[in-house]
Amino acid sequence: MSEAVQTLDADTKSAIDIDREKGDFRYPENHKYDAGSGLSSATIDYICDVKGDKDWVREFRHRALKVFEGKPMPTHWATKDLENIDFDKIRYYLSDGAKPKRTWDEVPDDVKETFERLGIPEQERAFLAGVEAQFDSEAAYSNVKEELSKEGVIFVNSNEGLNEYADIFRPYFGKVIPTGDNKFSALNSAVFSGGSFIYVPKGVKVKHPLQAYFRINSENFGQFERTLIICDEGAELTYMEGCTAPKFETATLHSAVVELVALKGAKIQYITVQNWSSNVFNLVTKRGLAMEDAEVRWIDCNIGSRLTMKYPGVVMKGEGARGEVISIALANDGQHQDTGAKMIHAADNTTSNVVSKSISVGEGRSTYRGQVHIPKHLKGCKNNTECDALLINSSSRTDTYPAITVKGNQHATQHEASVSQVSEEMLFYLQQRGLSEAEAMSLAVNGFVNELVREFPMEYSVELKRLIELEMEGSVG
Amino acid sequence: MSLIVKDLHAGIEGNEIIKGLSLEVPKGEVHAIMGPNGSGKSTLSKVISGHTDYAVKSGSVTLDGEDLLEMEIDERSRAGLFLAFQYPAEVPGVSNANFIRAALQSRLPKGKELDAVAYYKDLYSKMDALGIDRKFTARSVNEGFSGGEKKRNEVLQMMMLDPKYCVMDETDSGLDIDALKVVAQGVNSMRSPDRGFLIITHYQRLLDYIEPDHVHVLAGGKIVRSGGKELALELEARGYDFLKEETLTTA
Repeated sequence: MSEAVQTLDADTKSAIDIDREKGDFRYPENHKYDAGSGLSSATIDYICDVKGDKDWVREFRHRALKVFEGKPMPTHWATKDLENIDFDKIRYYLSDGAKPKRTWDEVPDDVKETFERLGIPEQERAFLAGVEAQFDSEAAYSNVKEELSKEGVIFVNSNEGLNEYADIFRPYFGKVIPTGDNKFSALNSAVFSGGSFIYVPKGVKVKHPLQAYFRINSENFGQFERTLIICDEGAELTYMEGCTAPKFETATLHSAVVELVALKGAKIQYITVQNWSSNVFNLVTKRGLAMEDAEVRWIDCNIGSRLTMKYPGVVMKGEGARGEVISIALANDGQHQDTGAKMIHAADNTTSNVVSKSISVGEGRSTYRGQVHIPKHLKGCKNNTECDALLINSSSRTDTYPAITVKGNQHATQHEASVSQVSEEMLFYLQQRGLSEAEAMSLAVNGFVNELVREFPMEYSVELKRLIELEMEGSVG
Repeated sequence: MSLIVKDLHAGIEGNEIIKGLSLEVPKGEVHAIMGPNGSGKSTLSKVISGHTDYAVKSGSVTLDGEDLLEMEIDERSRAGLFLAFQYPAEVPGVSNANFIRAALQSRLPKGKELDAVAYYKDLYSKMDALGIDRKFTARSVNEGFSGGEKKRNEVLQMMMLDPKYCVMDETDSGLDIDALKVVAQGVNSMRSPDRGFLIITHYQRLLDYIEPDHVHVLAGGKIVRSGGKELALELEARGYDFLKEETLTTA
């Protein structure tokens, strides 16, 4: 690459990067309930008491703690940076003890201001069917449009879901992602709080998206939301989540578990735009179960964080089920985006598609890990995997670890991977037309992710708006 | 008001390719530079436009009195210099419409937004003039374009950016006769007392359609002969070989 590109100036970097400062503010802590630092069975009991957990939930948490303690860090394949998480310094539960409010007027001023600065109430009015806004451990606001409630749509936090709608949620809770799936799913199972529990009844197609926003406000805090979405037969839902945290001096941990269940003919689309600050360990387990003719799509944008490890998966358990993962990752200096997808084919004629694009800037590092599993006894399964990496500087790094296991000969799979750089000739061409080097780089990067950015709803976030601001195709006929 | 190259010495990786070249292209004139392969034609276009692989040892290049060599690539563009590329780069995922719009936007003062409606109106009328299909606006810049489409796209950008001086690097290469005519028409429609052209070409063919005011022959990194359009015909008839003898005898 040209010298000019290797020595990117600050302007260029900020042009490539997107709105990283938006979430960097905080309010003083105001917690009535604080589980203190460190994790023990006493911490679990404290959380259970505050939340009024039923006995089976308390037992579930205690069992999970033992599994967590018994599992080693997965550093035999994952980065050693995981060892820098100090579980004794983390605070596992912080809340003001108030129930989620149904109107923004009832939400405490500092919390309300936080979400206003992030644009959440505005988005709700504009295009959302329901919103849950989580502040540290608990939801401060939760509301769903009346017509959806009338149709029987349930949109509550995990506490309400397990306490008040146990007959609906308990059969699937912890079934798509068992406690012992990995060390961090076990941790979440022990201390989970907040998150969304959603049920969409048979045949109900939710037109507008439901949204959750996860906000970390306190230092040395661990956020462990738990989400379970069930779409009954023929139901359809789009769910979106966003996340930010201020820049703290010390590391913060975010470790969620998200389980999706799409029953026969149902469709779930789960969209994430994360913009964590650069000291958040973001270690998330996400998996969907797709029954006969059902569809689960994960659309994932990973920006920021110190380390993200996230491999959304789909288990295609019914004939004709479809799974899809579309992801964009941007790793800047000091960041490692370790992302990918898991596609488990468990029925005939199932189809999966994975499209992943990563951008590594400066010393940033992106890793793709993909797993596709098609066993011998099945027939007519298809998988398509594409992963493309763009390296901006000579010090940027990318690695790809695809694991495709296909047994039997009645399947079709294809895998394409590419690593590219923004070529000197492309930059020269763009600059010759009047664009500064920063603008040229920004345009080239936009082009690289463009086909995937279109999968995200335009209104969703300021972050993506900046990425797509140059795109106005078809707006003038 | 001219694009002036004065006693230019320049090259790449320590190799001097341009060896004392001087040239003046006044506004309102079309100058053609012809020369055999390896004579320094493409190097000249890259040096004028500021490609960072090329280093200038001495001499000057000015645009209406402004020192181009002091400017960044994009500053030269915004000062009014346009280079039509021999091999235009592909920019995957960026649509032609957005690319040209970004280029125009870069010429506006900070905070001022391009009028999108007026922009598309202008774009479409120029595309029509060049016989470019409307679908072109949504296609990625030069990606999967035929040779002819790429060159038409260069001329379209040139028309949209309205430069003071156009340097066209082997625009005729890879073009069939119909595409050549369309490209030439586009260039001819832009000829004006306010604009100068420097047309770099290996063959005389293009000059049948774009009639130059002056023809220069480049050999060994400098201009060895200048004349009117008849010089191009003479080169076509006799080939470049006779130059070698002449340069030898005059040296």
